[in-house]
Amino acid sequence: MARILFFGRLRDVAGCAALELEQCGADLGALRDLLTRDNAALGAALRDQSVRVAVNQEMVAHDASLEGAREIAFMPPLSGG
Amino acid sequence: MQIRITPDRFAPEQELAMFLGDGREDAGACATFTGLCRGGAVRWLELEHYPGFTEARIAAIAERVAEARKLLDLRIVHRTGRIAPGEAIVFVAALAPHRSEAFAAVEALMDYLKTDAPFWKREMRETGAAWIEPTAQDITRRARHKETR
Repeated sequence: MARILFFGRLRDVAGCAALELEQCGADLGALRDLLTRDNAALGAALRDQSVRVAVNQEMVAHDASLEGAREIAFMPPLSGG
Repeated sequence: MQIRITPDRFAPEQELAMFLGDGREDAGACATFTGLCRGGAVRWLELEHYPGFTEARIAAIAERVAEARKLLDLRIVHRTGRIAPGEAIVFVAALAPHRSEAFAAVEALMDYLKTDAPFWKREMRETGAAWIEPTAQDITRRARHKETR
């Protein structure tokens, strides 16, 4: 079981802030494919190079393995201050 | 060092008073910055963060800046949620033996917060909502500080 989180504009595209998946795939590529099946716009948005990903609250590369992943966060460009 | 992310309105002058409250004899300079919600076309701002992750990322950068700039103390307060024009969004204060390090630390931290701290900001305008992303200038400014890379 893994929890997928969407922040900022990605939440609008996903239509929710979070969802739970029984199986999230072996790596991020597989997870993006899985999420694209139900929502093509989300698939495209998640593939944008500006989107950063954290697994279990650690920043990871775009093709990272999801072994042991409990929480996967997709983050569009950050902007505080 | 204190880092606080809060949905509650805060008073920058009270933050400064608390920050300086202890009165340290080794301090020679305190620099602060307060970012405000600008009005005009914007009715209000909405700021979102990633609980736990946002605090940890900011703390890691703050520790690096504090060490590189030899700060004696540091405070960062950042609002989340709905913020009205005129309200403070962010407050950064740095205490150092000399002013150049205090100024430099505040500037480095603000340039980092603008581009790399996990916050997402949306402006609510008369015409609808718009997500705000860092500008090219924000990214260039951030690249000048080696301690936050």
